[in-house]
Amino acid sequence: MTIEELEQIAKSVQQENAKYDYELNVCMDLACASQGADKLKDALVRAVEQSGKKVLVRRTGCMGPCSHGPLVRVDPEDTLYSKANAAHAEKIVAQLGSEPVAGLQCDLNEHFDSQVRVVLENAGHIDPEKIDDYISRDGYKALLLVLTEMTPNGVIHRITESGLRGRGGGGYPTGLKWGTVAKSHGDLKYVVCNGDEGDPGAFMDRSVMEGDPHRVIEGMAIAAYAVGASKGFIYVRAEYPVAVSRLTTAIREARRRGLLGNNICNTPFSFDVEIRLGAGAFVCGEETALIASIEGRRGTPKPRPPYPAMSGLWGKPTLINNVETYANIAPIVRNGGKWFFNMGSERSKGTKVFALTGKIANTGLVEVPMGIKLREIIERIGGGVPKGHTFKAVQTGGPSGGCIPAEMLDVGVSYDALLKMGSIMGSGGMIVMDDTSCMVNVAKFFIEFCMTESCGKCIPCRAGTAQMHTLLTRICSGTGTMDDLELLEQLCSTVKEASLCGLGQTAPNPVLSTLKYFRHEYIDHILNKRCPAGVCNMESQVEVMA
Amino acid sequence: MSGESDVKTLVIDEQEVSARSGQTILEVARENEIDIPTLCHLDGLSDVGACRLCLVEIKGSNKLLPACVTTVQEGMEISTGTERLRAHRRTILEMLFAERNHICSVCVSNGHCELQTLAQEQGLTHVRLPYRNPELRVDASHERFTIDHNRCILCTRCVRVCAEVEGAHIWDVMGRGIDSIIISDLNQPWGESACTRCGKCVQVCPTGALFDKSKIGSDHPKYPDFLPYLNLMREAK
Repeated sequence: MTIEELEQIAKSVQQENAKYDYELNVCMDLACASQGADKLKDALVRAVEQSGKKVLVRRTGCMGPCSHGPLVRVDPEDTLYSKANAAHAEKIVAQLGSEPVAGLQCDLNEHFDSQVRVVLENAGHIDPEKIDDYISRDGYKALLLVLTEMTPNGVIHRITESGLRGRGGGGYPTGLKWGTVAKSHGDLKYVVCNGDEGDPGAFMDRSVMEGDPHRVIEGMAIAAYAVGASKGFIYVRAEYPVAVSRLTTAIREARRRGLLGNNICNTPFSFDVEIRLGAGAFVCGEETALIASIEGRRGTPKPRPPYPAMSGLWGKPTLINNVETYANIAPIVRNGGKWFFNMGSERSKGTKVFALTGKIANTGLVEVPMGIKLREIIERIGGGVPKGHTFKAVQTGGPSGGCIPAEMLDVGVSYDALLKMGSIMGSGGMIVMDDTSCMVNVAKFFIEFCMTESCGKCIPCRAGTAQMHTLLTRICSGTGTMDDLELLEQLCSTVKEASLCGLGQTAPNPVLSTLKYFRHEYIDHILNKRCPAGVCNMESQVEVMA
Repeated sequence: MSGESDVKTLVIDEQEVSARSGQTILEVARENEIDIPTLCHLDGLSDVGACRLCLVEIKGSNKLLPACVTTVQEGMEISTGTERLRAHRRTILEMLFAERNHICSVCVSNGHCELQTLAQEQGLTHVRLPYRNPELRVDASHERFTIDHNRCILCTRCVRVCAEVEGAHIWDVMGRGIDSIIISDLNQPWGESACTRCGKCVQVCPTGALFDKSKIGSDHPKYPDFLPYLNLMREAK
């Protein structure tokens, strides 16, 4: 494969597409598929056949606004139909070239206008199971560029220059990590893609793996070239069967095209990727536990150092990055580090994909430049809290993050700003809560999650989260005391400071942040035996004397 | 080479000490008779850094680091007994006492128990946390030994000694989080497992979870000190 051949493929796809007057892109991501997107697609194909029009019906990955699904986008007009079903198919096809179908078109301009799509640039535009579709949108160009024109150091320099930081949550500078693995001695090195997305309410990585799997593979191949690795593993949770099947197809197609395997593009560089399935343990998203799991051992973390960059998979230097991090690599290589560096805030560069869920009008995936205000994400892009209710808090970073109250919505989103507010960036889940949510109950939910997902290795996390859960259950049932609250705060401190891995160290964050911003709700539960949001079932209601 | 010294000098609790490069903070501290409490660590076994009792403070870092797996660096300034560390240690011990059913008065290890000794050393007079009182098994199917899960603190010393020293790997951990439990073979009764009956796990168990059936009452001291010697002799061949 050469650049010319790649361009030839891209050209032939474009020529093929040019034969059609219209494109009907049907979102087949999980949310749309569960509401009958596959039947809709079949009906569209039939309707096209009957009409005799030249229309390409294409299955695509996630388009973003999941709550409006099933979604169909008509190109080149860029008309978006929401909540479409098979019964609408004939009408949609009939109206091609004239006025859009009345009542079906949705206006989400405000939703899309403030977004900047880098990671998701192909999602909704390509068929994820066709490598040629990806190639037609500059796919694998970056890999070929790197292999034929750049030194490994040059690649690392470009990534460092971009200011990209790990998208898995920690925010470690990607270029620095690559540099460390590149410098580590070893005849064999590995690159690993962490696709063990387990936060409640987070589905960014799933959508990227399902909607644009080649981008992840291309990013890994570039990383492998830069650090000197020849073998890669994609660790995906088994709960993502579609992602697994799309990645499997993508790997097979890439091998067939000579973009994976021995002597890629007639260069000395060889690289291949294997998929490893996770068995649903949240802690396996932690890198040392993930390594143990790939090696076939019990998924428990190990103390660091030694870091995986020195001693990872089977003791070899290993580069571990998140799905979204790898998805950022190809565009950075193509457009240069400066291009990426110029997006975002001072110390957080580029864009970030967020999964908006909870009490918000437009749930789904959004990609925004770093530094954007939370208010803009929630009110403009997310469409705000549905009518009749008021915004209360947003939880970022899943169970490891914290909740951010209404008065702090004007802070720009960045790794450092979120940390300062007692939350974390995390992998990008954003759960919006309104006045019907009880913050004590929310804290209890997340602690329960951490308790059941704790691996049980270190005592503070294993027993501490269980004790915190007991105390929170007491408070939520109206039997808690002020002493319990004090004890809870002490437990938070020990679990946070003494736990072995990130899971335990961040587990108290939901409790600490709700205590910081909504302490009055805890007090109400304890002293007045009252749940302000009316969520908790109080065992002993205080009789109100008339 | 650059003539870089293999010997490091550092300060532990305001005492200047020297160490070989590659030694852990715990090793150096104990050589100099500075006491750092441990439970999962045992001389002669690999370290897992799980009990978190040996956490120490290092000047310049806000993070607490486990002394058993952190290697010494030149010029380190380490504190092993600050009030912050002592408070965490007491809370961790409390968590252990409240996690299962540790009733010293009816335990074979009463008076010889590392958990009990540590609690006394750390000034733990009472447990503020609610006791969880789980209902756990006692497996007495083995002809010589018994495992009482109620007294287990999941330090995994038994798992490691069986895998690393005896080479049998009878023990392992099943389940996750608060439901973790030590199992023999694939969760079969100990007596039906491939156990070699060497008894090393009983000797290294810090509490009364593993005990010898022939011992009566609380007359059951344990002798884990054979391990470093055994390792030494093996390495010497």
